[in-house]
Amino acid sequence: MAKTFKIDGMDVSAADDQTILQVARERGIFIPTLCFLEGLSFVGACRLCIVEIEGNPTPVAACATYPQEGMEVYTNTERLQGYRRLILEMLFAEGNHVCAVCVVNGHCELQWLAEKLGMTYNTLDYLNRPKQVDASHYRFAVDHNRCVLCTRCVRVCDEIEGAHIWDVMGRGIDCKVITELNQPWGESVNCTSCGKCINVCPTGALFKKSKAVAEMEKDTHFLRYFSTIRAGGD
Amino acid sequence: MDMDELENIAAHEQAREAQYAHRVRVCVATGCLSVGAEAVQEALEHHATPKGKHHCLVMGVGCMGLCGNGPLVSVDPAGVMYEKVTPDDAPDIIDSLGAKPVARLQCDTNAPFFTRQVKIVNENSGIIDPEHIESYIAHGGYSALVKALTEMPPHDVITQVMDSGLRGRGGAGYPTGLKWSTVAKTPNTIKYVVCNGDEGDPGAFMDRNVMESDPHRVLEGMAIAAYAVGASYGYVYVRAEYPLAVARINKAIRQAEKMGLLGNNIFGTSFNFNVEVRLGAGAFVCGEETALMASIEGKRGTPRPRPPYPAESGLWGYPTLINNVETFANIPPIIRNGATWFASIGVGRSKGTKVFALSGKINNIGLIEVPMGISLRDIIYDIGGGIPDGRAFKAVQTGGPSGGCIPAEHLDVPVDYESLKALSSVMGSGGMIVMDDTSSMVDVARFFMEFCMSESCGKCIPCRVGTVQMYHLLSKFSNHQATQRDLDTLERLCDMVKYTSLCGLGQSAPNAVVSTLRFFREEYQERMIESEVAHG
Amino acid sequence: MRTQSPPIDPPSDDKRWRIVNATMRRHGYMPRALIETLNSVQQAFGYLDEDALRYVSAALHVPLSKTYGVATFYHFFTLKPGGAHTCVICLGTACYIKGSADILQALSDHFDVKPGQTTADKRLSLMTARCIGSCGLAPAGVMDSVVIPRLTAAEAIAKVEELVKDGHG
Repeated sequence: MAKTFKIDGMDVSAADDQTILQVARERGIFIPTLCFLEGLSFVGACRLCIVEIEGNPTPVAACATYPQEGMEVYTNTERLQGYRRLILEMLFAEGNHVCAVCVVNGHCELQWLAEKLGMTYNTLDYLNRPKQVDASHYRFAVDHNRCVLCTRCVRVCDEIEGAHIWDVMGRGIDCKVITELNQPWGESVNCTSCGKCINVCPTGALFKKSKAVAEMEKDTHFLRYFSTIRAGGD
Repeated sequence: MDMDELENIAAHEQAREAQYAHRVRVCVATGCLSVGAEAVQEALEHHATPKGKHHCLVMGVGCMGLCGNGPLVSVDPAGVMYEKVTPDDAPDIIDSLGAKPVARLQCDTNAPFFTRQVKIVNENSGIIDPEHIESYIAHGGYSALVKALTEMPPHDVITQVMDSGLRGRGGAGYPTGLKWSTVAKTPNTIKYVVCNGDEGDPGAFMDRNVMESDPHRVLEGMAIAAYAVGASYGYVYVRAEYPLAVARINKAIRQAEKMGLLGNNIFGTSFNFNVEVRLGAGAFVCGEETALMASIEGKRGTPRPRPPYPAESGLWGYPTLINNVETFANIPPIIRNGATWFASIGVGRSKGTKVFALSGKINNIGLIEVPMGISLRDIIYDIGGGIPDGRAFKAVQTGGPSGGCIPAEHLDVPVDYESLKALSSVMGSGGMIVMDDTSSMVDVARFFMEFCMSESCGKCIPCRVGTVQMYHLLSKFSNHQATQRDLDTLERLCDMVKYTSLCGLGQSAPNAVVSTLRFFREEYQERMIESEVAHG
Repeated sequence: MRTQSPPIDPPSDDKRWRIVNATMRRHGYMPRALIETLNSVQQAFGYLDEDALRYVSAALHVPLSKTYGVATFYHFFTLKPGGAHTCVICLGTACYIKGSADILQALSDHFDVKPGQTTADKRLSLMTARCIGSCGLAPAGVMDSVVIPRLTAAEAIAKVEELVKDGHG
């Protein structure tokens, strides 16, 4: 049964299986996302897609919330803008994101979000936690300094490729995406080298070797293909 | 097994205990065990034997509350309690039975610590032998389950729990009856009941005590819940750090199964309920219900967004009722004595009692159970006996890492869910840590932030990175290197982490900072670089 | 899918694998038994090495990276063998308020080992706990699974000296 509710004062309707984010996207209303990727399961982890709901003091993640009849959703209040900018600042302070030397410069979702959301400078101290680069795979490499732990690679490898060579180890600030038993990627016997993880990665953390600065473009079209066959071809 | 058989077991056990002229109870819960209670029990048994077969019964029992003064021994029917007992005291205690008590060991049971408590959850704690199911049955155990199964349809059980006004004792205070009815209303045939025994708040040991001192009470509460909501399978999730609680719950499950109080066709009805223990493996975040379920499913204990709530989609997608240990422990007495009785205790929207673990800079350290609505002052100065070494009270911390620090000017506030929340703290699971004037509130806030930082699961950005940023800022204050800008950033981060984190751990991580900034702001300002203060 | 026997043989003929196998069998070798099984390896062997992780993964049909993720998420699991003796200092709130951080520092300085690590001679692991639930006995420590109440720094050092001097272990 369809539900009607409001986004930013606009009357909208949603099917039962539609989240606030999906409805907003259908209507062309912009809500920033980072961990969310159409075609993969949602985790609600990056918190950039938070929206305010009238009468609810705590914002909710639009990617993981189903609208209710009569709900009034606000997607771009001043409060949300402040939160989102601070979240981006935290990501920039956590890793090491130097666009000028990055293979995805110009094609990076994090960079794009920072520009779009007006994060012009960082008010936080950089954590300066040096992380490794693993270039042991014959075609691909991972630079953990640029990883935002969105877990898109983990999900695509498990849900689409069915290999599940990626997962997250540790916890808190020590979390890290790993291949197999935290071994060099090149030693993984289960990796099919399909390259899906490379393409879904929103930053330059996962990239094809032999790409120079700004040369690495991502292509996630295959996900649309998968979601189409999953949905029965319509 | 039926009501008659249960009554027979009770009568038999009561008669067995009554054969003895004296009953000497030794606390063998973790607190007293670690100061040598086992040796005391052995010595007492050794010296009791020559006195004849039915002279005195030496029993190992659960916690008596005054954990700071263990090992504790109580003597019945004399009604005497002894503290700091050593094995060498055993002959004197045994010889004194029926005569004058051993004055040098006696502890004053007329002190407010004992008289001002109201025991519901801990009514059997320190009285029954937790390793013998007969002992529990002799004190009315499992009669509530029989009553529910044979006299009450499931919706009546839920109505009773609802009318009692019982609210979740794990921290948030969600009405228990409402949670039950949500699960009961789901049409599924497979449902689960989960007992959250992952008590991870540093400074809290209430749930451990219930599991160690009266494990069957938890199982009975779970079985009643399962009957009410239509579940036939349950899990008790216990921290691996609580080996004694794990052992006692496991033993209790086996005993109850053997007697037909758990398992299939309980009391000859069509009700089946099987329980298993699952071990927590050292992750505070698993106290959050969705993380706890992930852990039971064998995964990393990371929370997921709610809704859907576990009541609709929980373990493996099935409706799941999750309550904490103390909540389940309240259920048998509510069913036995009725909702009206329970609702008559407490105040306002906070009914019944709450167990607190009183520790820190306070004279009487231990476990207390008090009616809701009692003032903090009564707890600290009357029951707790005040601050030691003539020092001044500074703050009391309630609610563990999710809670806040309450200063002296608010000591008269009643202990209930809403009042504590209004003071930027929470009821939490029941840790209550008293600080005197030697404690720095900035350091306390930093201590809790360090805790949240290293217990953050790392899934969502605000908690993973925000706690680290806040910890760094608090360290600057600790080292007298902070600036006004750091204070502003700290407050911005508190607000953002509170309102954008994925789960309760992150959302409450800033509480310790928020409450200390509210009540002890000058301590932060004193630790800023002087020139900044002068100019700022 | 429930099965009755592990699809592969244990990494060695060490008898302790029987305990681990019994745990997996009780759960029908279902992937959901991962944490229970790792608990049983940890208890039987004292830590989880790579062979154990590979064996458990294969027997329960859990991807290696998932097993590793779980093993490193829960602090109860360790991937390296501990020292012959273990001293755990409780850093719960009640213990902290009563000075357990200073005790930890003193032990760390005296035995030249960082918290969470093992001495070079493998005699002692100095660990910390979030709360051992013995708040009534604060500050408390656990030495080779015996809870020691109301510690002072000097006392803690003396107790640990005694522990590591002991010829056993």
